[in-house]
Amino acid sequence: MSNINELFNEELNIINVGNPKFKDDLDLQGANVIDLDWQPPAGGKVELIEALDSLTQKSEEIAKANQKVVEIIKSSQAHLVDIDQARNVVPGMKKNLILHAGPPIEWERMCGPMQGAVIGALIYEGLAEDEESARDLAASDEIEFAPCHEHSAVGPMAGVMSASMPVHIIENEEYGNRAYCTVNEGLGKVLRYGAFSDEVIDRLKFIEQTYAPALKKALALTDGIDLKAIISKALHMGDECHNRNTASTSLFFREITPYFLKADISEQDRKAALEFIKENDHYFLNLSMPTCKVALDAAHGVENATIVTTMSRNGVEFGIRISSLAEDKWFTAPANMVKGLLFPGYTEEDASPDIGDSTITETMGLGGFVMGGAPAIVQFVGGTVDDALNYSKQMYEITETENNNFSIPTLNFRGSALGIDVLKVIESGTLPIINTGMAHKVAGVGQVGAGIVHPPLECFEKALPELSKTINRGDQ
Amino acid sequence: MFSKTIIKPNTYYDSVTLMSLSSEILKIDGVEEAVVSMGTKMNRDLLKNVGLDTDESNSAGDNDLIIAVEAESEEIYQQAYQKIEDLLDNNQSEGEEKEELRPKTINSAVKDFSEANLAVISVPGQYAAREAKIALEKGLHVMLFSDNVPVEDEKEIKELGKERGLLVMGPDCGTAAINNYGLCFANDVQEGNIGLVAASGTGLQEVMVLVDRYGGGISQGIGTGGRDLKEEIGGIMMIEGLKALANDPETDVITLISKPPAKSVEQKILKEVEKIDKEVVVCFLEGDAATTLEAGAEFAPSLNDAAIKSVKLAGYDPDQIMDFESKNETMNKIKNAKNKLTSKQSYVRGLFSGGTLCAEALAILREEVDTIKSNIAKKESEKLSDLDQYEGNVLLDMGEDEFTVGQPHPMIEPALKVDIILQEAKDETVGVILLDFELGFGSHQDPAGETIEAIKEAQEIAAKDNRELAFVGYICGTENDKQNYQQQKKKLNDAGVILGQSNVDAARIAAEILA
Repeated sequence: MSNINELFNEELNIINVGNPKFKDDLDLQGANVIDLDWQPPAGGKVELIEALDSLTQKSEEIAKANQKVVEIIKSSQAHLVDIDQARNVVPGMKKNLILHAGPPIEWERMCGPMQGAVIGALIYEGLAEDEESARDLAASDEIEFAPCHEHSAVGPMAGVMSASMPVHIIENEEYGNRAYCTVNEGLGKVLRYGAFSDEVIDRLKFIEQTYAPALKKALALTDGIDLKAIISKALHMGDECHNRNTASTSLFFREITPYFLKADISEQDRKAALEFIKENDHYFLNLSMPTCKVALDAAHGVENATIVTTMSRNGVEFGIRISSLAEDKWFTAPANMVKGLLFPGYTEEDASPDIGDSTITETMGLGGFVMGGAPAIVQFVGGTVDDALNYSKQMYEITETENNNFSIPTLNFRGSALGIDVLKVIESGTLPIINTGMAHKVAGVGQVGAGIVHPPLECFEKALPELSKTINRGDQ
Repeated sequence: MFSKTIIKPNTYYDSVTLMSLSSEILKIDGVEEAVVSMGTKMNRDLLKNVGLDTDESNSAGDNDLIIAVEAESEEIYQQAYQKIEDLLDNNQSEGEEKEELRPKTINSAVKDFSEANLAVISVPGQYAAREAKIALEKGLHVMLFSDNVPVEDEKEIKELGKERGLLVMGPDCGTAAINNYGLCFANDVQEGNIGLVAASGTGLQEVMVLVDRYGGGISQGIGTGGRDLKEEIGGIMMIEGLKALANDPETDVITLISKPPAKSVEQKILKEVEKIDKEVVVCFLEGDAATTLEAGAEFAPSLNDAAIKSVKLAGYDPDQIMDFESKNETMNKIKNAKNKLTSKQSYVRGLFSGGTLCAEALAILREEVDTIKSNIAKKESEKLSDLDQYEGNVLLDMGEDEFTVGQPHPMIEPALKVDIILQEAKDETVGVILLDFELGFGSHQDPAGETIEAIKEAQEIAAKDNRELAFVGYICGTENDKQNYQQQKKKLNDAGVILGQSNVDAARIAAEILA
């Protein structure tokens, strides 16, 4: 019996690809049929279709590699183990190095908020006295710039990190690698939005001199704080751990408070430190980001894999990196403008293009990918709960697997979509969905709104030919 | 006059959606021209032809949407443009609201719909083979409606299908009925013990319809696409289909249908037929009767013959079903029509939607009239060179590319025949206009209704010239078809159209009127 004869004995289950009228007439007959939302593959671009097709001969190797990538990500165990100044722990950190969000960029091309944050960092470090001298210094050869991502670090918005800044140290218990992220300053006039007034510098000094030493003492009493567990719980409490960190911050606060109480910290400092965490709904963002970073860094470098391990923006360009390609291999394109809701008094004109390393959360299947489970964020970024559910569901189209560590209650606890596959993005034309804040384009004004944004398709379109070349050649 | 051409980059819509949309827009009073189409080369040329091209439209790509409208005034243009936007939006939001999020690729669809076993593919030709390959890799049988698929690709996917034991029906396969579900253009016929394999869409439809009318029923109707019996493909799918039906316990009689096949392929298929111990009817138009009989099969020179022979072999008596009463009535109508013709009215013009029906009518009529031409004739002497200027007896297959460039197929949009009907009415040498009406899934909801106004207008044109035209028609459809066969029949009867009981019958009626 051939398969054809088997078909004659089976119930017909039809996928309609193309003209929806044929689906309608099959419905009329009571047939079991689904209609694809079909679009020309790769936007109909011949070279890309050829590149996709050329990789089908390696599909087994790619599938195996991608499986490995998501296994590593899923089995990674992120713990907050310590806090220390960047110069002591961040690889390659030095006095004249400034790390920033996104793919590499020179001072001249940096957007307003990032330049502002650099100015603030130089003043904070005592390398410059004021804006003017900071600008001169930044433009000189003396200061070096590099992406956080190339130094095992991540930073929200401008993502600026300098040598004296205290950083959370997150260790991947399963794979031994570490990731670093500064302490979230709160909202309002803050360095990550490009503000560098005295108020900003004073807060940074407080974090360095009061907060970090207290937290260090508290953490010394722990076996490390299990951040992955906090995220898993927070997802069931309405967080998506990118734009909404209310539940996760509260859970963290609950975990750490007893140690603050136990540790040998002055009453005044203890009060100030606890107050500092309590006052900032986004405290946990600077922990969820490095949690994702340690997992994705561990998953980088898997031969033949087509999974994205970094999505990040510097306010000018959006960049992605792929597991099987070199760590300094960024695929970039101009960053998109965020679409969403603006705070009163601002217009879209005021917003800077998409910025920050916080898209590491989406790269890990959080943020926009689990928005359907975070209804509270929906209105903030504009849209309905149904929209949010659809956004989250769409992501399964472009990902390798579902992460049962991070489940979405409103989707019957379905695991979040994990492992953005460049091939699937190109084939389907579906782009990752990102929840994000919007920075004012002028340094120091701060946040002007929040919304939804996609990476430029071009990043993926540039990556595909490189992947096809590398994987088909087989030597890397 | 106000006209404007707008390009929306990377905005893809299905061509059929756009075509029906364009026709909606043309219905607005004061809209002279409306082209809403993807920026393919063909469509760009089309736009040039109507003078609505711009530098921007000339450099548009296949996935850019072109919206070009010419209207009496800017106000009407705005009205038309708004309607286009509304219709485009509607299509999208409706889909999203009504149903779950739809998967975008076959690969993602089978993740949640793992019981899927058949893909019906009707995407533009350049993407079709790729989608078919993906479907086959996932173990799905394929019905490939798309045309314009390179023949090398057809060979490749059919060989892949054969290797995996999967059906590859098409490319350019308009009709199939699997497990009694009609796919694409298909009629609602009774279940039964006759299995069909056809390298011809309307050929398959006509045999299915006639089998149903003669009291028989269908087990499976496998389409192969029109090129399967060409040298390059070698009948791969007809042979696979034949073997599957030979093994199918529900099938007692196997009927093979094709437009004129390549001789070598015909021989190859007949060799396979020889091995089969079920009754086989072979209806290859212009086929080899002697070798067919040697192979132990019945030979049917026409689709009607194929249906009659199949039904008889399946154990039914078609003669009992045939409607002799209406036959007499028809004889009277023929006489009547004949008497009304002027001495100059001596030619037939056939306007067909079904390609194989046109070919079959040609085979009948060439025996009855002196000379006849057609745009699908294979014989050099019968080829119609100029579609705009012709005389004598002419049969047009309006489903051919020369008519459908930038237009939907006349089975979807029968109104395409209107202009030609009116044009023929002005020709004083025309006595008979021969028409086909396809019912069933995929086809227009009211093909008779779309045509009867034109028939009335044609008679008015003729009447001014003291003539009367004879309209002869055939409805390829069954009592169960969604369009309501009886109503279609009544509309045409009321408009004075003489209806044949089969396509062959209609062609003979036309010949008798002119004889």
